[in-house]
Amino acid sequence: MQIKGSSKVYDVVIVGSGAGGGMAAKILSESGLEVAVLEAGPYFDPADPAQRTQLRWPWESPRRGAPSTRAFGDFDAAYGGWEIEGEPYTRVPGTQFEWFRSRMLGGRTNHWGRIALRFGPLDFKRKDIDGLGDNWPIGYEEVKPYYDKVDKLVGIFGSKENLANEPNGFFLPPPKPRLHELYYIKAARKANVTAIPARMSILTKRINNDRGVCFFCRQCNRGCMVHADFSAGTCLIFPAQKSGGKIELFVNSMVREVVTNEEGKAIGVSYISKDDRKEYQINGKVIVLAASACGSARILLNSKSSQHPNGLGNSSGLVGKYLHDSTGASGAAFVPALMNRKMYNEDGVGGFHVYSPWWLDNKKLDFARGYHIEIGGGLGMPSYGFGFDITEMNQFFGDIKGSYGPGLRDEVRRYYGAVIHLSGRGESIPRKENYCEIDPDTVDEFGIPVLRFHYKWSDQERRQAKHMQDTFNEIFHQMDGQRIGPSPGKAADYGLLAPGMIIHEVGTTRMGKDPNRSVVNEYEQLHDANNVFVVDGGPFVSQADKNPTWTILALAWRTSDYIIDQLKKQNL
Amino acid sequence: MDRRDTIKSLLLGSLAGGAFLTGCRLDETEGVTPEAAASDSEGYGRTAEEKIRDEKLLAEPFFSEPELSTLAVLCDLILPADDQFGSATDAGVPAFIEFIAKDIPEHQVPLRGGMMWLNHRANRTFGAEFSACTEAQQKSLLDEIAFPNEDAPELQQGVVFFTLLRSLVLTGYYTSKMGIESLGYQGNVPNNWDGVPEEVLAEHGLSYDEEWLAKCANADRDSVAEWDEEGRLVS
Repeated sequence: MQIKGSSKVYDVVIVGSGAGGGMAAKILSESGLEVAVLEAGPYFDPADPAQRTQLRWPWESPRRGAPSTRAFGDFDAAYGGWEIEGEPYTRVPGTQFEWFRSRMLGGRTNHWGRIALRFGPLDFKRKDIDGLGDNWPIGYEEVKPYYDKVDKLVGIFGSKENLANEPNGFFLPPPKPRLHELYYIKAARKANVTAIPARMSILTKRINNDRGVCFFCRQCNRGCMVHADFSAGTCLIFPAQKSGGKIELFVNSMVREVVTNEEGKAIGVSYISKDDRKEYQINGKVIVLAASACGSARILLNSKSSQHPNGLGNSSGLVGKYLHDSTGASGAAFVPALMNRKMYNEDGVGGFHVYSPWWLDNKKLDFARGYHIEIGGGLGMPSYGFGFDITEMNQFFGDIKGSYGPGLRDEVRRYYGAVIHLSGRGESIPRKENYCEIDPDTVDEFGIPVLRFHYKWSDQERRQAKHMQDTFNEIFHQMDGQRIGPSPGKAADYGLLAPGMIIHEVGTTRMGKDPNRSVVNEYEQLHDANNVFVVDGGPFVSQADKNPTWTILALAWRTSDYIIDQLKKQNL
Repeated sequence: MDRRDTIKSLLLGSLAGGAFLTGCRLDETEGVTPEAAASDSEGYGRTAEEKIRDEKLLAEPFFSEPELSTLAVLCDLILPADDQFGSATDAGVPAFIEFIAKDIPEHQVPLRGGMMWLNHRANRTFGAEFSACTEAQQKSLLDEIAFPNEDAPELQQGVVFFTLLRSLVLTGYYTSKMGIESLGYQGNVPNNWDGVPEEVLAEHGLSYDEEWLAKCANADRDSVAEWDEEGRLVS
């Protein structure tokens, strides 16, 4: 096939427009560099009425928000999901992995939970504590200035708690707890579980004159029309364009590989335009991969040449290895004290106002790493699925017969808002045996070889999930709640979800000082090609029990500063 | 009017005046407002592929006329009108169930077959199909399957059908405009969340503790945040 190209050479070509790509685009373009950003999906702005789902009512969707076409329902912002037509992936038999992709400007930042937890000092040095996995080559002190800058640029609410491994930041005021969250706080304290205000990148207070302030609709996953929550498009790319940064956006552009020259240095990337299904090449002095941990690993592994026979950056054989996602397990309880609620607008922000950071010392436990607890419940807006659990609830009142007819309305009102959901999100152990690789047999609809996953949880994660369930049950007990459905036991891995389900996958291009034991250095620069950087979750050595976005943003900023410095010194 | 003012106007929609009043009347606002959101005709934020899928599903019928009339009878037995709000069919629930059966095809056989199961039961018991039975007969048939009954395993398929149907009726109703009004859901409008109302706290014997409230203090949401070096908000 003839690959179409142009002679233009950008200073930087960025692959992907999510958290990492968006931050790199902002910092690099505002330094005066000419930047091209390639995005596999369409342009997206939640303020565009044609794309807006925020403040829609369930009846505006004929399926009332059911998840038939979008994984998290009709009104969720993500274009994509765990399954995308024409873009398969495979698994080695007997292993599991679910790969969530959002094909749109801003990527998965458009629908994420906005939970913004910076790593603490311990999170960079886990091997020192428990002997498992590896330490990061950098520590909290190196990243702290960038976390601080991200807090101020992007905005985050939270509270200074002076907890050793949950560092303070530059916070906006958190919202007051909702009713069920007050019940949670009380019960958690009785169970000796810490409960503190949530930390989320939602603007409860103005942070600049370009973005709006949260108006409490609880719909951050739909994207915010006044840009009061963080997404990479609205908070990084659009502002950089507005301030005069030279950013050329190539949407609907699916990157296939990084193109290298005879010296093995990267000169550009090749991509397939979804508009005409032809392959193009775009050239840059520096290539920044931000296609998500697995997406960037796939591009590197597909970038084979005589200089890089195992794929670009893969002389160590570690591209794709050490793939790890957060653990996740959940439980729900019916809380009689919350029956027959008085109605008022309890939407609040998207997600919880209260959470529990990891509160224990693993030395006294039979698993190595911690988890945090997220709280759900309240008087939420009904959507598809509303009322499905009424039989389950009626079982708590053995004397109720019928469940249809005039009395049904009373039952609905009785149970509305009376359920609390608890979810644990924990740190897994990064293991070389968990990986993605190129499937030798399969291509996607663009002819690009796809990923094959090989991932198994270990007893570390299973024991952690057991601890989550035990904790949930204790907290439910303390609020006189009745667990809905049985607490999942050993046969069900204690409710531990399949890897990939929490969408925090990282580790596939991990950083380190030793080129034989890592893919990138501490500036997220490939050991094997110094003008290629990876700024998504790939470089994570370990993921903490924290959501990765804030750390991706901080590291992408740090790497961008490094790129600017190295270009000035003509080192790239 | 700039975006900053638009936010203020958004808040005006649900706040009774107060700190956010700007002297700008709502009908002068431009940009995105909840009023515009309610009236714009842009659909509900679909991609081109999603629009095509919706149109295709809406165009093709699934239930037959007799099935639809049986469904309507069932819907209103499950959720009849009360003195304030209309019934399931008043809220368009049968049309929702027909759509969802096309949208989630796993529902098709259980719904269609479930109605056949019920007609069979009605024929055996009362010598008529379900929709031709008297209301008293219909209710006696539903009484058999409306709640799990371990003593009658021969009714279990009926219980499964009824549970699915009731779930879909409840979802269809309480996601309709009428249903949301009857439920009393107050949200999905711009507002300024300021905690659980006092009377609700009192009813539950709860209160906010002072230390926690101090962290949430947010007197001037509209002034641009500034911090001191220690991360304390100074503006």
